[in-house]
Amino acid sequence: MRNRLRSRLPSRDAVALTLLLALAIALPWLAEAAGNPAGIALATRIAIYALAASALNLALGQGGMVSFGHAAFFGLGGYAVGILYAHWSWQEPLLGILPGTVSLPLTLLAAVGLGGLAAAAIGALSLRTSGVQFIMITLAFAQMLFFLFVSLKAYGGDDGLSVRRQGEFPGLSLRDPAQLYWLCLGLLVGWLALLRRVTRSRFGQVLAGARQNERRLRALGLTPYPYKLAGFILSGMGTALAGALMVNQARFVSPDMLHWTKSGELMIMVILGGVGTLLGPVFGAAALVGLESILSAWTENWQIILGPILLLVVLFGRGGLMALLRRVLPA
Amino acid sequence: MIERRGFLGAAGALAAAPFLARPARAQGTALKIGMITTLSGPGGYLGQDIRDAFALALEMQGGRLGNTPVQLLVEDDALKPGQGKQIAERFMKNEKIKLLTGVVFSNVLGAVAPDVLDAGGIYVSPNASPSTFAGRECHRNFWSIAWQNDSLHESAGQAAVNLGYKKMFILAPNYQAGKDAITGFKRLYKGEIVGEVYTRLDQTDYAAEMAQIRAAQPDAVYQFHPGGLGIAFLKQYVQAGLSQSIPMVLAEPSMDATTLGAVGEAALGIHVTAHWNTDFPNEANKRFVSAFMAKYNRVPTYYAQHGYDTALAIGAALAGTGGKVDDTEAFRRAMLPAKFESTRGKFAFGPNQHPVQDWYLVRVERGADGKPALVTKGRVLENHGDAYAGQCRL
Amino acid sequence: MGLLLEQLLNGLQLGVMLFLLAAGLTLVFGIMGVINLAHGSLYMVGAFASAWVATKTGSALAALAAGLAAAALTGMAVELLVLRRLYARDHLDQVLATFGLILFFNQGMVLLFGRQPLFVEIPAALRGAVELAPGLPYPAYRLAIIAVGLLVAAGLYLLIQRTRTGMLVRAGATHREMVRALGVDIRLLYTLVFGLGALLAGLAGLMAGPIFSVQVGMGEQILIMTFVVVVIGGIGSVRGALAGAVLVGLVDTLLRAYLPAALRGVMQGPDADALAAGLASMGVYLLMAVVLLLRPRGLFPAHA
Repeated sequence: MRNRLRSRLPSRDAVALTLLLALAIALPWLAEAAGNPAGIALATRIAIYALAASALNLALGQGGMVSFGHAAFFGLGGYAVGILYAHWSWQEPLLGILPGTVSLPLTLLAAVGLGGLAAAAIGALSLRTSGVQFIMITLAFAQMLFFLFVSLKAYGGDDGLSVRRQGEFPGLSLRDPAQLYWLCLGLLVGWLALLRRVTRSRFGQVLAGARQNERRLRALGLTPYPYKLAGFILSGMGTALAGALMVNQARFVSPDMLHWTKSGELMIMVILGGVGTLLGPVFGAAALVGLESILSAWTENWQIILGPILLLVVLFGRGGLMALLRRVLPA
Repeated sequence: MIERRGFLGAAGALAAAPFLARPARAQGTALKIGMITTLSGPGGYLGQDIRDAFALALEMQGGRLGNTPVQLLVEDDALKPGQGKQIAERFMKNEKIKLLTGVVFSNVLGAVAPDVLDAGGIYVSPNASPSTFAGRECHRNFWSIAWQNDSLHESAGQAAVNLGYKKMFILAPNYQAGKDAITGFKRLYKGEIVGEVYTRLDQTDYAAEMAQIRAAQPDAVYQFHPGGLGIAFLKQYVQAGLSQSIPMVLAEPSMDATTLGAVGEAALGIHVTAHWNTDFPNEANKRFVSAFMAKYNRVPTYYAQHGYDTALAIGAALAGTGGKVDDTEAFRRAMLPAKFESTRGKFAFGPNQHPVQDWYLVRVERGADGKPALVTKGRVLENHGDAYAGQCRL
Repeated sequence: MGLLLEQLLNGLQLGVMLFLLAAGLTLVFGIMGVINLAHGSLYMVGAFASAWVATKTGSALAALAAGLAAAALTGMAVELLVLRRLYARDHLDQVLATFGLILFFNQGMVLLFGRQPLFVEIPAALRGAVELAPGLPYPAYRLAIIAVGLLVAAGLYLLIQRTRTGMLVRAGATHREMVRALGVDIRLLYTLVFGLGALLAGLAGLMAGPIFSVQVGMGEQILIMTFVVVVIGGIGSVRGALAGAVLVGLVDTLLRAYLPAALRGVMQGPDADALAAGLASMGVYLLMAVVLLLRPRGLFPAHA
């Protein structure tokens, strides 16, 4: 049996989870002690990608909506931060009315809002199709946005925008990598908690029902469309939040964030970790980003090792890392 | 349902491994220089040339630069800004590296350089030098060795004037460097532009543009398509039968030794403007070219020259500081006079720490072995800096 | 008028190239239900093998044979070793596995041939231009590509409509379980179809060699466009792949050729050019979105 998001956690797992969380919180000190302070930045990137991948997983794993265009929301979230910063630094309001800002709560809110709006528009149209057509139509919208930002000269076009100032958050100094990491970790944990609630709610059940059998759902007198759309919007908002955090960490935004390969990467993280599991995307993100980092430090031909590793995970680890770990380490 | 006991702990250990593990590297007293460059994907050969030539310079001086033992650490950014930044972070924090170099592409530089500079590091750019770091946001610890991007196209514009072309058709991909190319070309070109076309960065087929060029009947074409794009463009230009009737002027990134190898005979007669060429007669260059060809068995490209000159420039600065990079002001004082024998001959840093140098007209002609080669024809611009230096206050 | 005709030919030629890639992809997709992201890698393998043999032997025929063989053999090896195990799996597992293959193939090419793009010459017989009409020269090589593409399309039509194998292929695309139930050696059929798709990708790759740049990553540049063609045409339909490919080729080429001028009529030169380039890039995706919204199964759906 596959563990879907709604599966109950046994109490001993709760212990393991607490330990894992404690380890994650202590990571900056551990990394510092191990002489690897750059590990904090790596962990931040993993937390951010984990957030994006879990958000995609809500659409993909829970709702069965295989989106190949989530880079659109990731990039929009990022550009929300970048553009607000740019207008703040130029001291000229956006469209003549909206003043720029570097306040993190405001920029994150803007990013999430923009992501939600875009997901509503893209989802409303795309959800009229299903299956492979849905994959391709989400890709189409993401590609259109990609080309839009490539041609926006005002915001750096293909070269991207430098965000020389991190967002300001009351009580935090985000210039400190550890504090930025804890913020991202906190948002990731909060997001996962939200996902757990959502997937166990009636809404989540309907969404899962839509994935498994739309006809049965209709027979029960439920129209799947609004549920799926709501799920897609929530998913887009989470991905945009991750994109906004990524720009705060990288202090740079470019159309690279909107490219179809980024959608692919997010999808790979979800599949690698385990589709439809709560923690799978987190492990998937950690494994992919971590492996890329370790392997590329080790050899410039890292791709020839990473490729077969992914292949082996598929061939021998049905259900991704979650399933594989469970099989290698039986209870 | 299967129990999840146990595996979570193991997963934790797995997840934590990347942060705690540190790749073992040779330790020693050598000064570490971090090179972040693009080694995979279509642009991989550019980074490879920069790295190989830098390593060559190091090897020729017995593992030293400016009499300082140097250890070069190279990593692949895969043309991803995020990955480049991650490597920079690791280099600076874990390896305690202060001196970084290597980035090929402007968009990766945009993510890497601000981080390095803000953390008090020094960045010596062997290739990408967008206007950002040349003008208002110039920095005391940012050095450009190759060129400011615009001067590539300014020299081509001047060359078009010198060659007497009255009507030009210009093309570049629709991205920042492409738009800079068009602007840069127009800055010094005084004739009429009969066509201005933006191509796509992921475009492989240029048939539609060829038809437009033929219809516009220009005196000559200027196009800026680096790497693989340029190869495809040139091949198709020749196949469309345009190369006989409409000559072409290029900037050097569109016609390096590798591009020439991939295009072949078809490139004969094309004019290129360059800051350096393999046939420059100065001693430093002869040494470089012969050593590079002996070691790697291929003709060095402009990128290779950048890597080599970057190593020499750093060497000159290290000689001045006695091998120290901790005091960036002292490093700056030692770097600024550019006391090294550049393979391009004359070289100086302008007020924004970007090159002031001569630009040459180069033509593709049949070499001594019968194969097409780049042959230097004369000077186009003398002591040419860049248009942004005036905005820079250092 | 001459210019328009030339641009139409250009669009047709791009479409034919896309068709060669899309035909294999749509068969594999429609019959085996496999999303093969590594299809672009087979295109790359064909291009590299043929370029390498051409440089070593100087023979265009040897290069042709090498490119086709390399792509087809690589394709069949991939099917036997990897994809065969994934037919029953989720699309997502196939995506992950074939993504892994892309990384492997790309770096493998770097290790085998280096990072420098390879040089490929046009075969001597096809150099130069043909005067189609007075004042309208067109490259002979591009005409040859169009001819080859149309021949392949006709050949595929005959193969699929007139032979027993073709009947099985058609049956496989619409009633997979039924074919299996009738005792047909479906595994052999799958390997053959995959090999055929790979062969066509290799053919596209080796023909692209003299025009485009033969380098690592060339497969991914064209992969997404190929998927667009497959989906517009209708998954599993070779006829749809041809129609979709020509449509995409024409739309892409004509937008690039005429949009800037059209926009320059209403706005400033440089702004118009930049906007036009952006819009032209989006055009194909916009086309796909519209087609999918109006006809979700594509223009020529294979599954009735």
